Amino acid sequence: MSIEDYETVIGLEVHAELSTKTKIFCKCPTKFGANPNTQVCPICMAMPGTLPVLNEKVVEYAVKAGITTNCEIERDSKNDRKNYFYPDLPKAYQISQYDRPLCKHGNIEITVDGEKKKIGITRIHIEEDAGKLNHDDFGQGSLVDLNRAGVPLIEIVSEPDMRSSAEVDAYLKKLKSILEYIEVSDCKMQEGSFRADVNVSVRKKGDTEFGTRTEMKNMNSFRSIVRAIEYERVRQIEIIENGGKIEQETLRWDDVSGRTFSMRDKEDAQDYRYFPDPDLVAIRLSDEYIQNIKDNLPELPESRKQRYLDDYKLTQKEADGLTASKYLSNLFEEATKISNNPKAVCNWIMSDISRILNEREMEPSDIKFTGKNLAELIELIEKGTISSSIAKKVLEKMFDDAKEPEEIIKENGWIQISDEGAIKEVVMKILEANPQSVADYKAGKDRALGFLVGQAMKETKGKANPQMLNQMFKEELNK
Amino acid sequence: MNIIDLTVHELQEKLKNKEITISEINKAYIDRINEKEKDVQAFITLTTDEALEKAKSIEEKVNSGEIKGDLAGIPIGIKDNMCIEGVKTTCASKMLENFVAPYNATVIEKINSENMISLGKTNMDEFAMGSSTETSYFKKTKNPWDLSKVPGGSSGGSAAAVSANMVPWALGSDTGGSIRQPAGCCGVVGLKPTYGLVSRFGLVAYASSLDQIGTFTKDVQDTALLLNIIAGHDEKDSTSANIEKKDYTKCLKNDVKGLKIAVPKEFFAEGINPEVKSTLEKAIEKYKELGAVVEEVSLDIANYALAAYYIIACAEASSNLGRFDGIRYGHRSEKFNNLRDIYINSRSEGFGDEVKRRIILGTYVLSSGYYDAFYKKGQQVRTLVKNEFDKVFAEYDVILTPTAPTTAFKIGEKSDNPLEMYLSDICTVSVNIAGLPGLSLPCGIDSNGMPVGMQLIGKRFDEETILNTGYTYEQATKFRDNYKPEFKN
Repeated sequence: MSIEDYETVIGLEVHAELSTKTKIFCKCPTKFGANPNTQVCPICMAMPGTLPVLNEKVVEYAVKAGITTNCEIERDSKNDRKNYFYPDLPKAYQISQYDRPLCKHGNIEITVDGEKKKIGITRIHIEEDAGKLNHDDFGQGSLVDLNRAGVPLIEIVSEPDMRSSAEVDAYLKKLKSILEYIEVSDCKMQEGSFRADVNVSVRKKGDTEFGTRTEMKNMNSFRSIVRAIEYERVRQIEIIENGGKIEQETLRWDDVSGRTFSMRDKEDAQDYRYFPDPDLVAIRLSDEYIQNIKDNLPELPESRKQRYLDDYKLTQKEADGLTASKYLSNLFEEATKISNNPKAVCNWIMSDISRILNEREMEPSDIKFTGKNLAELIELIEKGTISSSIAKKVLEKMFDDAKEPEEIIKENGWIQISDEGAIKEVVMKILEANPQSVADYKAGKDRALGFLVGQAMKETKGKANPQMLNQMFKEELNK
Repeated sequence: MNIIDLTVHELQEKLKNKEITISEINKAYIDRINEKEKDVQAFITLTTDEALEKAKSIEEKVNSGEIKGDLAGIPIGIKDNMCIEGVKTTCASKMLENFVAPYNATVIEKINSENMISLGKTNMDEFAMGSSTETSYFKKTKNPWDLSKVPGGSSGGSAAAVSANMVPWALGSDTGGSIRQPAGCCGVVGLKPTYGLVSRFGLVAYASSLDQIGTFTKDVQDTALLLNIIAGHDEKDSTSANIEKKDYTKCLKNDVKGLKIAVPKEFFAEGINPEVKSTLEKAIEKYKELGAVVEEVSLDIANYALAAYYIIACAEASSNLGRFDGIRYGHRSEKFNNLRDIYINSRSEGFGDEVKRRIILGTYVLSSGYYDAFYKKGQQVRTLVKNEFDKVFAEYDVILTPTAPTTAFKIGEKSDNPLEMYLSDICTVSVNIAGLPGLSLPCGIDSNGMPVGMQLIGKRFDEETILNTGYTYEQATKFRDNYKPEFKN
């Protein structure tokens, strides 16, 4: 048999850190990046005698996530303790939810190659994040940083409904976009606030039973997830083709070597001894509470997309691209409030802004400038104050610090030369210096004009108004 | 007048009349501690030096009118499982031998805001696991009535300190009888309030769904006074009840006429010492004389409750004590090569046998495959026990039982027999299982001169009825006037 005779089955457990101001069971702040152990208190450090009190915002955010992923909301829920020892888990148990998650039986719709497909969501539950171990800084041993201990998480468990890495990519992007839109998580993958455990198995096409799965934990880049799935499915198929058996195990994906490695053996299979946390009371949600959350949800990507198609006449592809990220979509909304050129705004976001984000490995949420700034930039081009090539440079600077485009242009002396006299001076100088090109043009080689304009742009460091240059060269050459 | 013989309400009277000063009160108790501690060994940590200074400053502030409040300057003893900022909180364990709490328990905040003065942290069974205070890592507390006997447990240090007049009152905690049983053993009044009446924030957890902070006092009027201070909703404890605050001194009416008291016959059956039984029977007669309606009922729950208790309490303990891992605080073994060693060696060295026994038991009953057979069943029994109590309370106001099957036993007598030790709680655990309030007060002595405890159980959040019931008996019998601990050797 060959690789085409197999199908890949993938299920995901996504952990998203909720963007509440305070932790799930105490009042410590949740801000990322503070000095180690500065956002802690006796409660999240698990000092003897301390007790948890549930942050109600966490329930609200999880219910929002449940509603927008078409889940049933559990009216009668509870917190359970998951017991295990690890230095980043100060209580030696994680407060999570075991048999009564807040949300269950949902789904989200993805589109891959124009085909729509629903991916089932088994459950969404709330839990606390663990701290962090720093292994590197000091030669021997590890240092425990408990800033992250008690940061609220939702775990979104999917059904094993995905059949390719492309579907996984689409599912994760859709899920991330939903969570961003409803403002329950900032989903910053490099900060670990959106990470996935990936379960992969393979089976012969037509089989109804699932194969044995392996799990890759804490993956936090789309690219790695796609690569890891591709690697893992081939690895598993090869084992089966060679008459071997897949071990159910946890694997570690190594991005550098592009391989998976076994993490622990089966002996370590953990018994978490789940039981209801006696320090917390049951979570009971009324119909009014849930309805109130439903009534106050912000606009979701689907409805925005439709609006972009109808009101701004964007293409399907453009609307998809813009709404994939709430932050980019918000940038578009803000900019179009001022600019009356939505196509241009869209182009800037989809091409140059997206390119710079990629180059700099930034998230859209890291963008410092506003939609208003973007609209101003576009207006400056339209008014002829700067050329679009200068505008690209201005945009780069806008990523560096939050300055108005006009200020950046002034500071760098990038104002476009549109003064006729000045332009003429340059044109005459270039014509004089390039007699061969002048001759070529007169001999009918139109390309020579482009060369001359280019030379003039070079001379003015890109500041000359290109339309005026073009026109004036033509006039002089045709004299 | 001997200051240390006085109750707190008597001290308040004398303070008001300027017959004594705050400094004199504190000095008298500290002198008493200095005199008796070598025999009784009720304290793990003494803070008497700080207390004297505090007494002086509080006295000045009271005199200048800066501080008001009629409990200002009154000394108190605190069981060593409640956190006081800057003071060691050991839980009588090697594990926490040098642990200094970085914050105050809610009850400590409350007694501080009354300007009461803690004289020290009292001895207990390690992590409150035991019925004799013998599992303490540090010392064995003696019963002031007979120094060869145990004070009961787990709050044996608090009970003995109040009994020996080393403090006028003390705080303890009760998970299966840990206030009432030592109160009974030491001839003092002990109250375990309804679960949720007093905040558990800052009480080092043994079994979260059963633990409750309560009081040791010389008489019932003082119980009401101290309960007034420590009761009340706390937003830091999700399980604390949000109910209206009461003045418990107002319920002490010295009248039980028409009160309906149920006496469950199963609590007087086999296993109950005959002298305990006959002393209780006399108390029952007294209640009848006082006009109460006392009737025998059937309440066959004690054995089931005890079994459920050891499953639920150990399960919760196995999880609650996980945080003592040698990583952030507490004992860390010096012998380790890897993380696993730190855990295993630190916990093996830091915990005593009884604690290990309960962690192992609790870990077992929560294990996958056993959860349904044990923990789940334990919770079902819990519901049944509650229902059985409710049935009795549909017709009666108070349930009267012995506090324990025997009076205080000899030190060492049961320490090698955990099952026999567990039976010490047979009369008290069902009250924790059902979350009810229970009051123990002395009702006589046996032929060896050891006090016998009577337990009064009330409806949820109806502390008033049992306090009045106890108070009325106390007024009629005057136990304290007739019997005193003799520090027999």
